[in-house]
Amino acid sequence: MSMPYYVAPEQAMKDRADFARKGIARGRGLVALRYIDGVVMVAENASQSLRKVSEIYDRIAFAGVGKYNEFDQLRVAGIRAAELTGYQYSRDDVDARSLANDYAQLLGNSFTHGMKPMEVEILVAEVSVTGENDQIFHIMYDGTVIDHRDGCALGGDSDAVTARLRDAFTEGLALDDAVRLGAQVLGGERVIPADELEVAVLERGNGRRCFRRIDVPNDAAAPAESPDPEA
Amino acid sequence: MAMPRFDLGQDPGTDFGLLLRRVGLTQPAGAGAVPEAPHATTCVALRHVDGVVIAGDRRATSGHLISHRTMEKVVQADRHSAVAIAGAAGPAVEMIRLFQVQLEYYEKVQGTALSLEGKANQLAAMVRQNLPAAMQGMGVVPIFAGYDTRRDIGRLWDYDMLGGRYEERDHVATGSGSLHAGTTLKLGYRSGLDRAAAITLAARALWEAADADSATGGPDVLRGIYPVVAVIDADGWARVDDEELAAVYAAIMDEAREAHS
Repeated sequence: MSMPYYVAPEQAMKDRADFARKGIARGRGLVALRYIDGVVMVAENASQSLRKVSEIYDRIAFAGVGKYNEFDQLRVAGIRAAELTGYQYSRDDVDARSLANDYAQLLGNSFTHGMKPMEVEILVAEVSVTGENDQIFHIMYDGTVIDHRDGCALGGDSDAVTARLRDAFTEGLALDDAVRLGAQVLGGERVIPADELEVAVLERGNGRRCFRRIDVPNDAAAPAESPDPEA
Repeated sequence: MAMPRFDLGQDPGTDFGLLLRRVGLTQPAGAGAVPEAPHATTCVALRHVDGVVIAGDRRATSGHLISHRTMEKVVQADRHSAVAIAGAAGPAVEMIRLFQVQLEYYEKVQGTALSLEGKANQLAAMVRQNLPAAMQGMGVVPIFAGYDTRRDIGRLWDYDMLGGRYEERDHVATGSGSLHAGTTLKLGYRSGLDRAAAITLAARALWEAADADSATGGPDVLRGIYPVVAVIDADGWARVDDEELAAVYAAIMDEAREAHS
């Protein structure tokens, strides 16, 4: 009779984390950042129909990187949770924080108990009415939730992108500038072609439904004309 | 609401009603006839050159009493469509709420909006589901009107209590005052009406219905309550403001005064 090998829990978790991280690193990343009227999300995405960024509810958006079928399942689950809450209580009772917690539960569960961890990282963003309380939640493959004030990066190379974003971010960006900044920090040395950028915003004052997709201008990812936008 | 997840065969897909049933949030069926429950009355819709006009009075009645003076029976369903309801007010308002959620839910899950005809069919299914309540006198008879962005025309549908769905070419009326409102529309309608003429005709149809049907409310000049009138065209839904309606009704009243002087 054969005995199963003993695997230390530390090793098991590390193996799972490595597996998930590898899957996520294979895909292309995205960044979300605040601008004057809300939150803009810029993703590198060669497909025009398989979206990475989408609408969850009136003031809430979702973005995912990694395995498409897995984050798309999460997207639909989020829409369902939000619509059910809004229908059962009121549209005002739907918020990003509780959605982020639900996602964290789900991802955490699948990380520890599932056949394999989900190879995704997701983002839940919400714009407030006044602009003082916009929220960006970043949820990792293992259920870790991080909330960001100004913006964050997901997916392959996210540490470098986050560092570039942190250096370049300023308060009160106009939409065009925010899109350009997003594309630049996402690309780094590379220039991402406009038709491989997927851009959407949560925009205050856009009526009840704040989510809107944006056509990307051709020069979005081109290096800024002045060498340093802050100079 | 915790995040719902489903096995492959159990997934409710784009059907919000089915999702509600799967998670156990369905409404209990009506227990018996409630003859004194508030009922909403007359609504009309007609086509014009740029789209459709849809309008409804503001009165809800319980038996012979007026239970609400400011009810809104015409509501926006989504950017390019609207529903007007006649019948039992409670189930009707609930049906519209569910319909609005369903349209947006479908659009978000699927990534594209339903076609206008798809929306009309969806509403038919909801009216049909209300059949047991309809048998107890709690029927809901809506009108659905919208701008078909694929064909660039306004389109109208009316329904019967069994969920029958009928597309109308020019105009439609529903509710207790529909005989008078419908006749007014029939006599006043001609093809190629512009926006203003269509609004006036809809206002007049509701005026005639209120004049002859006690369950239909006329313009309440004293309280400043006017019917809900909305225009849907390529730019989407726009409600006609009370100032414009006040002028339209002032003209109608002047005419009536002259006729009796």
